[in-house]
Amino acid sequence: MRTKKTTPYLYMLPGVFMVLVFVYIPVIFNFVYSFFRLSSYSAGKTFVGFDNYRRFFSDDIFPIMLKNNFLYCIISLIVQVGFGTIVALLLESKLAVKFKNVYRNIYYLPALISITAVGLMFTFIYEPNMGFINSVLKVFDLPTRSWLGDSKLAIYCIIAMSQWQFTGYITLLMVVAFQNISTDYIEAAEIDGAGPIRRALNIQLPLAKEQLLVCIIITVIGAFKLYTEVYATTSGGPGNSSQVLGLYLYQQAFLHDDLGMAAVAGVFIFAITVVLSIIQIKITGSGKD
Amino acid sequence: MKKSILKILLNIFFVILCIVILLPLFWIILNSLKTNQELFVNSLAMPKKLQFINYVKAWEMGLYKYFGNSILVSSVSLVFILALSSFLAYGLTRFNTKGSAVILIFVLGGMALSEQVALVPLYKILKAIHIYDTYFAVILPYIAFRIPFTVFLMRSFFISIPTELEEAAVIDGYNSLQIFTKIIIPITKPTFASCAIVNLNFVWNEFLFANVFLNNKKLQTIPIGLVTFKGDLRIDYTATLAGLVIASLPLIILFLCMSKQFVRGLTAGAVKG
Repeated sequence: MRTKKTTPYLYMLPGVFMVLVFVYIPVIFNFVYSFFRLSSYSAGKTFVGFDNYRRFFSDDIFPIMLKNNFLYCIISLIVQVGFGTIVALLLESKLAVKFKNVYRNIYYLPALISITAVGLMFTFIYEPNMGFINSVLKVFDLPTRSWLGDSKLAIYCIIAMSQWQFTGYITLLMVVAFQNISTDYIEAAEIDGAGPIRRALNIQLPLAKEQLLVCIIITVIGAFKLYTEVYATTSGGPGNSSQVLGLYLYQQAFLHDDLGMAAVAGVFIFAITVVLSIIQIKITGSGKD
Repeated sequence: MKKSILKILLNIFFVILCIVILLPLFWIILNSLKTNQELFVNSLAMPKKLQFINYVKAWEMGLYKYFGNSILVSSVSLVFILALSSFLAYGLTRFNTKGSAVILIFVLGGMALSEQVALVPLYKILKAIHIYDTYFAVILPYIAFRIPFTVFLMRSFFISIPTELEEAAVIDGYNSLQIFTKIIIPITKPTFASCAIVNLNFVWNEFLFANVFLNNKKLQTIPIGLVTFKGDLRIDYTATLAGLVIASLPLIILFLCMSKQFVRGLTAGAVKG
């Protein structure tokens, strides 16, 4: 097309400007902040070198939240990716169930509700007196617990809630990946006499491995960005037993007014998520053009 | 014979899963239609009389305001996300411009940066340019953070448009903006729909930025409003439950109406948020 040389840049300029100002610059500032002590109410800041990092890694809460983020990550990989994929395989199996789209949509339903609303709903479901779980346990004369109020159980309750909310999302993603596999492959496998399990292991999973890898990556990234789920249910409590990196960042910044420490937590999250994200972009971009 | 038994077992498995998903939601809806007293006596029992008044109470207690804010923030964000991203993707794909590879890497690289890492500096920046605690405090970051992903989606469709169409248009005397609005947009409409839905899902439910950048109750969007709302209604549990149901409905209804576009958008670029 014959246009002035500057025209294409004019189309790109507003978008690039927004990304530069509100995404890249803040992220770069975050690295700078991590070496300073600063408050949200004053403009002044003091250079402290690696002191924020030293305080972050020696904080008693650090091992607790690392453990919680890892727990969330591992359980989510097993339940959401592992079990979610099995459900997708079953939905797409040769037995082709009549209502498979209805099932799939129902499983996906919780992912449409905001995490805040789900978190608040589950504070009622886990509520010790009239909550859903304890009410059911009482019907069967089973011992009740205080769930979110129990420092040993709280993080598991939050993790369970997330599995309820997001397993169907992974199932949906995998169902579409399986549907994109050409039927030629499946038919060829059938002629070779492959059973449903061999078909899944030798054909469906290998041919959907890119989507599977994307599911693994978004689950891991999600686990280390974890914030709203904990904020809306326990706020990291009881004590700091359900503390996670994302909430710690928020609390350091806006509860304890220690922006430098929050920035360090940000750098830590950055370090974990950025490499995974780049791999994900490469995978999802590779098949398209 | 063996096949039909397997089929029945499989259906039982699927139905059990449906119950696991739906039962908590059903319990929430059930109790949102009770009096608080009924809830405390037995949360598993049916209500004597359906208390739709809880929904009216929740709506009037402030939910209508949060709803309005969410609609405003979402629609403004969405318009700009789609406009700026499609311009950007158009500039990147249809001109053979020098440096477009570098710009592409710069923009897509934004997808790798998570909101948390930008949170504290953004807060400082928004305060410095005096838009903290205004609608713009969430709208501008939403637009910026959604552009990389949206460009990523749009670009792959724009690339596939044959250049013959544009060449014909140039002969007809169209300029580049006319080509964009009269040729590119009409043939990529489904892409715009998918992008709109995925971004709406993000913006409508976003919590981290909204929680930090909107302090004024009058400006809060639904996710953060719900937390405020629960605090305000402290003892009125059933009205709170009704509020949670109302807040969850819009996207569920949208999904039921447009599940095709939803699925396409979600699978084209999977991001959890």
